[in-house]
Amino acid sequence: MAFKSVKDVPLGPYCHLESTLINKTGEWRNMRPVLDRSKCIRCYICWKFCPDVAIKILPDGNIEHDYEFCKGCGICANECPKKAITMVREE
Amino acid sequence: MVKKVITGNSAAAYGVKLARVQVVSAYPITPQTTVVEKLADFVANGELNARFVNVESEHSALAALISASLGGARTFTATSAHGLALMHEMMHWAAGARTPVVMVNVNRAMGPPWNIWAEMTDSIAQRDTGWIQFYGESNQEVLDTMIQLYRICEDKEVMLPGMICEDAFYLSHTVLPVDIPEQEDVDRFLPPFESAYKLDFDNPVSIGSLSMPHQWYMELRYKIAESMENARKKIVEVDREFGKIFGRSYSGLVENYRGDDADLLLICAGTMASTAKDVVDEMRNEGVKAGLLRLRVFRPFPNAEIVNLVQNAKVIGVADRSISFGNQGPFFTEIKGALYGKIPTKLLKNYIVGIGGRDVTTNTLKSIFRNMASIKDHGLDEEVTWVDLKR
Repeated sequence: MAFKSVKDVPLGPYCHLESTLINKTGEWRNMRPVLDRSKCIRCYICWKFCPDVAIKILPDGNIEHDYEFCKGCGICANECPKKAITMVREE
Repeated sequence: MVKKVITGNSAAAYGVKLARVQVVSAYPITPQTTVVEKLADFVANGELNARFVNVESEHSALAALISASLGGARTFTATSAHGLALMHEMMHWAAGARTPVVMVNVNRAMGPPWNIWAEMTDSIAQRDTGWIQFYGESNQEVLDTMIQLYRICEDKEVMLPGMICEDAFYLSHTVLPVDIPEQEDVDRFLPPFESAYKLDFDNPVSIGSLSMPHQWYMELRYKIAESMENARKKIVEVDREFGKIFGRSYSGLVENYRGDDADLLLICAGTMASTAKDVVDEMRNEGVKAGLLRLRVFRPFPNAEIVNLVQNAKVIGVADRSISFGNQGPFFTEIKGALYGKIPTKLLKNYIVGIGGRDVTTNTLKSIFRNMASIKDHGLDEEVTWVDLKR
């Protein structure tokens, strides 16, 4: 989406797939999920439920939030059976 | 060339067949149903090589066609009144995604109370969705406009959806002789659809994803407005070229019937225009200088054409087969807007007629011309009159 003016814009809202990676929707977050890895049992329920695909499974099997895209909805914290995720107000 | 005596809906179906439409999707609603019934026959008996997608609603019908159009197919749907209202969200989507879907809308009144007869409120309520809008006067014009619409809508400088409206029953179910053009002539006039933005597995794109206030949403809307402006000249060019090949054309955006020297100039759209032409002839025989302008296209609105054509009129009457509650007839307000500041102030009068399919007879139109004559001599009585209202 590196357009300079209206003249460069295509007729319709078509864009290459990377464009959805440009909008860092994590900027919209008020509440930040914080993981206590000592309580995590790697069930990946949070990963399944995250509506923004903002939870990554790392090569070592641990999970990690992608704060560039996490909007802070809190579903992961709500679903976690071990209460390993707490929502903390963004400063 | 074959001449058939057929309904407006049947004429529309022949238009679809001749345009070699590839995907049809629609949901039945009176008085549109016979358009897609005829198309289902064409597909079933092999006369039209198209995919006919059955769906559970008009919203889905249009959604299916937006996808098919993005896939590069030429698409068609037909609907009416409540069906068109249910499509409303997808109407914006079709224009926003720049898919040149073509539709027949049979103009029918909105309920309640239940009413299946002619009124233009359904399509006029879709005014701001970014669709090109034509209003037909005869079955022949419906067929011919179908073929013209694909040329206009699929033009690279336009790429917008378009509809042709037929007055319920007066056109949709009334038989008239119609010339069915030769397929090879239509093929010469209308090449296959070449989408500029066809979905392609090898070059994937996302369509319609988020565009924030500081990004390109506003520019994409500007492009739609620009393409609508481009459509003005395309409509005229395509109509002229159609005339050269098929021997019929429809004066582009506005038809002028004995209007050049008319003192009393009536402006209307749809089937009542053909009745009005007879009335104009009768008035002329009586020595009254009456004339008619028929709005063939409502979007893009023919502002400049109307200004040019009303220069000599003393009284301009606008007959609306719809009413914008809380204001006046929609054609009337747009025509007033077109004239403002362009010509010296004229006597302008709005007639609300034919609501819910109430017949607009020669007597109705004569009473309108008599009122216009009285305005010419005595000045404006009231700005808006509901004609044939039971008072």
